This record gives sequence, structure tokens and C-alpha cells, in this order.
Amino acid sequence: MNVIRKVLRAGFELIERPFDRLFSPSLNPLAQLGALGFFFFWIVAVSGIYLFIFFDTGIDRAYQSVEYISRDQWFHAGVMRSFHRYASDLMVVMVAVHLLREFSLDHYRGVRWFSWFTGLPIIWLLYVSGITGYWLVWDKLAQFVALVSSELLDWLPIFGEPIARNFIATGTLTSRFFSLMVFMHVAVPLFLLFIMWVHILRISRPKVNPPRTLALMSLAALLAVSIWRPALSQGPADLAKVPNNVGLDWFYLPLYPLTELWGNGAVWAFLGAFSLMIALMPWLPPLRRARAAVIDLDHCNGCARCAEDCPYEAIRLVPRTDKLPFPTQAEVNPTLCVSCGICVGSCPSSTPFRRTDELKTGIDLPEYSLRELRERVMDTAAGLSGPGRVLVLACEHGAAAGRLGDTVVMPCVAMAPPSLIDFILSRDLADGVVVAGCAESACYNRLGVQWTEQRFAAERDPYLRARVPRERIAMVWASALAASRAETEIAEFAERVAAMPPKRLRSPLPVSSPTRQPKALETERGAT
Amino acid sequence: MKAVRLTGQFIVIVALFAGVAALSDWPTWGQIPKGTGVVMLTFVHGADRKGECRRLTPEEIAKLPPNMRRVKDCPRGRRAIYVELDVDGRGVYQASLQPTGIAGDGPSRVYQRFVLPAGKHDLAVRLRDTARADGFDHQRRDSVELAPDQMLVIDYRPESGSFVFR
Repeated sequence: MNVIRKVLRAGFELIERPFDRLFSPSLNPLAQLGALGFFFFWIVAVSGIYLFIFFDTGIDRAYQSVEYISRDQWFHAGVMRSFHRYASDLMVVMVAVHLLREFSLDHYRGVRWFSWFTGLPIIWLLYVSGITGYWLVWDKLAQFVALVSSELLDWLPIFGEPIARNFIATGTLTSRFFSLMVFMHVAVPLFLLFIMWVHILRISRPKVNPPRTLALMSLAALLAVSIWRPALSQGPADLAKVPNNVGLDWFYLPLYPLTELWGNGAVWAFLGAFSLMIALMPWLPPLRRARAAVIDLDHCNGCARCAEDCPYEAIRLVPRTDKLPFPTQAEVNPTLCVSCGICVGSCPSSTPFRRTDELKTGIDLPEYSLRELRERVMDTAAGLSGPGRVLVLACEHGAAAGRLGDTVVMPCVAMAPPSLIDFILSRDLADGVVVAGCAESACYNRLGVQWTEQRFAAERDPYLRARVPRERIAMVWASALAASRAETEIAEFAERVAAMPPKRLRSPLPVSSPTRQPKALETERGAT
Repeated sequence: MKAVRLTGQFIVIVALFAGVAALSDWPTWGQIPKGTGVVMLTFVHGADRKGECRRLTPEEIAKLPPNMRRVKDCPRGRRAIYVELDVDGRGVYQASLQPTGIAGDGPSRVYQRFVLPAGKHDLAVRLRDTARADGFDHQRRDSVELAPDQMLVIDYRPESGSFVFR
């Protein structure tokens, strides 16, 4: 499984990085696949409602009404039909690429099993929605779809009489069939929308709308393609003839030719095996999880920053349970926590300047505490020498994770509170700091890159203090497969730092290990 | 510069969408080779019951609960139907069609497709749905002209006890 994932990731890297450069990471369509899926769903829904105004559910009139839509009223209803079909196809593309990309990023195990698992009914419902739509047109393709679909269903020992018999001779089909198909074509997408909602239930700040620029460009592109190649019918269905040489929609109907080549039983076996594999993948093998973050109520005032920043909805605020004079406190749901440490970086108490016997914060990782992070930083910094001493704070999923010597690795760079950068520079532990995370559009923990950038830009609490010289900080966003680029950027930054004049920023406090201080000096609050 | 970048982005998106639109009805798929047609043998028909009905004795009837008393006891299970199809004198299909249903009391069903070259063909279909050991209860022999891509259905009508070619 690891090998497949790595090969896929390498493939995505080849496309994503050029797309990052062309579109910018925030507009990169490959980082917006889920949002684009929702976007195309809404296009399909709106265009479907519009088409339904003109559609007639009669055995003969169904085809005629679709022809009227496509030929006589091509300039509005015809365009809408093309929107309906192509947006449906694009939804399949988005779902397929989204699935492969999340797999390549290892975003399907651990607490993410829920979103992965609920993606499976989305695939089934999406296909049922599309296939029932093709029946409604009642052209040659519809006849082919009806015949093959019913033969597939007849293979299952459910129906007493083969339902495919309805589609092999004239006179057996009635208009009521189209009413049934219209009902299914409306009901199934509604259920699909419900499951799409369930799919994102456990995700904090799910992206369900693409950036406006990307949405507008997608709409314009759909219009251009709809005019260039309008969706048309393939001649009326004729039950006295075999629907031969039909133009297949290879996104919705790729398995239909396989019913001829493999047989219906093999196609069902394939679908069953595929579904079972997708359903079980989160546990093949399960992700080893570090212990969940824990709250230290003595240091938590219920400020809600951790709950705001958690990408997994693992933290919520609950009424205070101790006697401290705050209305709420943070509470971690261990089943949702991935121990990414983003909450540690968001906590105002997480400041390495704190001078206590044991550095404590409001929320911490049991297996990688803030104290341990500070110690690793200080130990690593002690080994730095030369004119341009650069310390690298690296995400374990990014390009710098494998570096030795001058690098401190953590689950996510957003675990490092901004005050840690201040600490490193003001205590003269290094001349410059590199924060090296995942690729900007493919953050392993979804929001780590975004939160780090916003904190450093003083747009998101906790801020990086204004006194910290920004020219001594570099952010390198590169995936594990772009290690050489990251190395080049780090080396260039080290050269720039070496050429800089000595720092003027100095902390009045000594570099030595923190010792117990009088109560009034115990914390240096506001360091961030 | 921004306009150039936007144009580049738009071109990439249009190209991707155009690819998707092209694959939405191309390439075509042919179910059967050119110059051929299909003969479909399909029907749903229940054969006779496996055994004869037996008249219950007054004692047997008296033993039954009052709401379940009946005069005859008929076995539920049906016989299998034996069917054969010859095309141009050559046997292409022989099957014993088992009754459907858990208790084996449902009708037998067949849905078989035969791809034949277009042109004239002699078709003979025979069916046995009773307890007889040999011979057939219903049969039909006919010459048909099969056009390219034609779907010729061989159906059986239980109400008239005859085969229909349509």
C-alpha cells in the first residue's frame, strides 16, 4: 500500500507543483477538488431543475422534448443540457481524483476514516444519479443503458421476471416508466446531497465553495465547451433494434462494455470487491496514533483559540469544571484528535519564555510536549556555528523532515507557537529560522500552512510579535518529494542571513535553563 | 501580467473540460459486430406442478385447523422446463430451466441472446413443460430474415401455448 501511495504522490507532485505556479496554491484546482465537487453538484441541480420545465415524461414525448430542448431552444435549454451533462461528468472526475489524492496523502486512515468511508456511498449514489439521467433521454444510448442496467440487475436473484424483457420489444414499455425514472433521478441526488453533508461532518472548516475566481472561470469554461460541443441525443430508441455503436459516457458507463466482455457476475464481483476494499482501507493497516492532546486546566482560560484552529473538530468548549473564574474550558475528543499539535501552537499559554520548573501550557501533546520542543530547539541550536546560524523547524510530512543537525521536526509546523521564533532569535539561539512545512496546497493537516502564515502575518492569534525581524524568518513549503528545492531555499536563506548585520534584538533574560522565579515573574505573558 | 496569467489558467481549465466533454460520448461502443443481428430467446413460464393433486379423506380434513381445511392437497413445486433452440438445423441452446422461488414454485425463466449474421435463418424452438419423458409440448419452426442490428425476440405466450417471433 505504501508503494502505491508513494507512486501516486509522485504523480500528483508532477501536476500539482506546475498548477501551484500557474494558479497559485490558493487557486490550484487540485487543492479544491472537494469544493469543486460541490460546485458542480449545484450546477447539475440548477440546470436539472431548468431542464425539467421542458421535459415530458411520455414514452414518445420524452425523446421529442429533449430534442426540442437541444435543437429548437439550444441557446438556453440546450446550453443547460450541456451544463447538466458536463458538470455531472466533471463531478465524477472530481470524486475520482479527490479519492486518489486523499489516498496518496494518507488522508484516509486514523480519524479520517469517517470521511473516507462515507465517500463510498457518494460514489454509488453519484453513479445511480447519472445512470438514471441517461435513461430519461430515451435515445439509442438510453436504450443501451436500460438494457445493460436491467440485465445487470436481473443477474441478482431479486426479480421474479427479468426486467430486461421490458426493453427488448415494442409495446412493453409505458409512460409510467418515465415517471418512475424522473422520481429516481430527483430522489437519488437529494440523498446524495445528504450523504455529501455527512461526508464533511467531521471536518473543521470544510471547503464547500471554490474560490470565486476559480468558480467563475469554471462556469465560463463550461459555457465555452457547451457551445463548442453541445450535448446531443443519439437518435430515438428503437426496441426492435440492437442499440449498437453508441457514444458512451466513459465517466458513468465504463463498466457497461465489461458486462459484454466479462459477464454480469464478474462485473458485480468487481463492484463488490472495489466497495469492500474502499470500505476496509482505513484499517489496512490502521494508522498508529500518538496519544491525544490533553488540557491543563490550570493554564486554560477557555479562550477558544485551540478549538478555532483544530482542523479535525476535536476540541470544543464546555462549561468550566474547576473553580477558576472563566465561563468555559477546552475539551478534547480523543477519538477525533490526530495529535498534530496545531492546538499547542494556538494556545496563548504556549510560550517558551515561561519560566517555570516544568514548562506547561493550556493544551499539550503527551508524547511531544512544548517543553520537549523547547529542549530540542535549545539542544539543536547549541550545535549551530558559523556566520549564518539557521535553525529549521520542520513538519514531519514536509521536505525538511529528513534533515539532520540543524533541524527540529514536529508533527506540523503550526505546532510551533510564534513565540518560539521570538524565543530563538531574541535568545540568540540562531541568526535565522526556517519554518519548513508541507506543500502549500497539500498540507497534511489541512490548515497548518495557512495558520502559520496568518500567525506570522499578525492576522491570526497568536501573533508573531512585531519586534521579531521578518527578514530572519523564511517559510519553505515543499512536499517530501521536493527535498532538493527545499535544500536550495534553505541554503540561499542561510547565505542571506550570514550577510546580515548582527541582530539588535536581545532578551534581557539569560539563555540558561529556566528556573523557578518569584510569582510575579513566573510568566512573560504577552510575548506573542 | 495578471491578464496573461488568468488567460493561461482559463486555457488550462477549458482544455480539461473539453477533454471531459469529448469523453462523454466518444469513442463509440459496438455491442455486436457489423452486419449481425440478435435473436433473443426469452420467456417466463411456469410448468406443471411436480405431482398430481390428491383428494383428502374426511378424516384428514377434520384434522386440519378449521380455517385451513381444503378438499385437495396439491404439491407446490413445479417441474423444470426443457427448451431447445436450433438455428439453421444446428442446436445452439438446450437447457432445463429450474423453477424460481425458494420453494421452487415460481415460473421458469430464460433470457438468452444469440448473435447471428444478418440474412435468412431457419429457427426451431421446442419446449417441454409436462411430465412427459420425451417429445415436446410446444414448438415452432420458421424462416426469418434477420436485418443488421435487428433484435428478433422469440417469446412464449402461456395463454395461447404458442411461440411468438417478433
